[in-house]
Amino acid sequence: MALLEVDGLSKRFGGVRAVHGVSFRVEKGAVKGVIGPNGAGKTTLFDLLSGFRAPDEGAVRLRGRRIDGRAPHEIAALGLSRTFQNLKLFSHMTVLENVMVGRHTRSRGGFLSGMLSLPGARRQERRIEAAALEAMDFLGISALAGSAAGSLSYGQQRGVELARALAAEPELLLLDEPAAGLNMRETADLARLIGRIRGRGTTVLIVEHDMSLVMGTCDEVVVLCFGEKIADAAPQVVQRDPDVVRVYLGE
Amino acid sequence: MRGRRHLQVVVLAAAVAGVQLATLAAGKGFFLTQLTMSAYATLVALGLSLLMGYAGQVSLGQAGFFAIGGYTSAVLTTLDLGGHRGRPLWAAAERLGLLAERPDLFGGATLSVAPWAAGVAAVLLGAAVAFSLGVPVLRLRGHYLAMATLAFGTIVSSIVVGTQAFGAADGISGVPPLVLAPGLRVGGGAADRVENYYLAWGLVALAMLLLSNLIHSRAGRALGAIHGAEDAAAAMGVDTGRMKQKTFVLAGVMATVAGVLLTHYNGGIGPSEASVMKSVRTVAVVAVGGMGSLWGTLAASAVLNFLSLRGYFGAYDDAVFGGILVAVMLFSPDGILRGDLGALASRLAARRKSPGEEA
Repeated sequence: MALLEVDGLSKRFGGVRAVHGVSFRVEKGAVKGVIGPNGAGKTTLFDLLSGFRAPDEGAVRLRGRRIDGRAPHEIAALGLSRTFQNLKLFSHMTVLENVMVGRHTRSRGGFLSGMLSLPGARRQERRIEAAALEAMDFLGISALAGSAAGSLSYGQQRGVELARALAAEPELLLLDEPAAGLNMRETADLARLIGRIRGRGTTVLIVEHDMSLVMGTCDEVVVLCFGEKIADAAPQVVQRDPDVVRVYLGE
Repeated sequence: MRGRRHLQVVVLAAAVAGVQLATLAAGKGFFLTQLTMSAYATLVALGLSLLMGYAGQVSLGQAGFFAIGGYTSAVLTTLDLGGHRGRPLWAAAERLGLLAERPDLFGGATLSVAPWAAGVAAVLLGAAVAFSLGVPVLRLRGHYLAMATLAFGTIVSSIVVGTQAFGAADGISGVPPLVLAPGLRVGGGAADRVENYYLAWGLVALAMLLLSNLIHSRAGRALGAIHGAEDAAAAMGVDTGRMKQKTFVLAGVMATVAGVLLTHYNGGIGPSEASVMKSVRTVAVVAVGGMGSLWGTLAASAVLNFLSLRGYFGAYDDAVFGGILVAVMLFSPDGILRGDLGALASRLAARRKSPGEEA
């Protein structure tokens, strides 16, 4: 059983078929890419997988369990964590607090235990902080812990978003155009980082525009065009696929 | 962190005692009355500070919850149930202490709901209304949420003014004191003034302790996350709808409790307490204190409400609060009591350097 199974997924917006009958699998431990020209339905696909939109048809299974149509926080609790194409940090909070929110699914405690600050809640607070610092350490951004997230550079904010997603120790990490806005050196760093994330046993699904990142890091690549899947194979195979070449380079 | 939070509450307690001693020394003991009333207004403001400042959900209807608390308590404790006396159900209620006798105007005695029972009923009603209102309106965001809560406040206000049972424009008077313990009662008698002052500010201190613990907890961070980016909070596993709902109910209950206690303290309540302008005042106080700063809200509320209740703003009372709100939004949207004047100065400097550019 694959970690993520997508079967015949479709989503329409009015008359536009944003995603149409898309099926693919992501094996545990793999790094898979989703590429396609602008408007191919990549971000819609991500929203369908992470619960931000409900599909019109089709099914999404995580470890064999249906997750399509479930709320984002439920899907997060099942082990799927995502980043956003246009960064969504809690800009008025510190970097450490941002990453600590990432531990939400791995901790307990509501209003009452928070208000009373019971010993158990305090111990948990220390565990949350330790896990958040560990995730920041992994990304080499520990020095930013006390800074306001909104005050950071674009590249640093990307790092914080990634640390926040990793703090949840997800089984499946969805990265929505992680190389957007990065220069070539930063993109190369990102590719190495994705390798290290996989080394921790995390499965990664990347939506990406930047072909070089996808070709270098992914085991398999799904190519979308106008909402439909036109290829699903190893990067070297996809690169030579006549349909893909036509879509990307024109006739 | 936690030690520092507890120290802050100790400082607050010392300040409360200091103010009381100062009024005593200055022979202005009657100031304690307005200070007590501003403590209850502060309770409403602290609830809104959590809801608006931390969770980012605007409410222009907090006076509605205050009025639900105050009016429920006032109506129940001033009912004349004498006619039902002796019927089995009522006799049982009386034995349980749910009903209480109090002297009427003509030297006789009327039977009404006991103040403690009325208070409990009021808080339960406030919580129930907050819960059922929260379900639909918290789906809305920003201006739409503000409009919906404004509508709620307006509805409560018009019901109160338009209903004879609520005393219409006169309100309800003759509300008995609420006895909390032997020798400790929420009431306006001069002999109870000092106790009531400490009771009200003690409640504020307790609220400060609980809320400041909350905002530094897992749940509190989740609220901040909802404020910062609701989508991202959901993606991190925060049940945003539920968290917003809980915060809304908590803020509503705090306003209801304040309404109950202030009504017993004042011995009555009038429709002006339910007016939308009261809600706007609370928003203004939270805005001055700095959205998301409990201590700023506390300071702003204590000072502004005291000045207002002493009548320093005269006929311009509402205008002062409205004006303050506009001024804060224009010049310092993060509040002026944020304790971060350096940042304010540098922002002003930056604005001067690059006119027309977003800060």
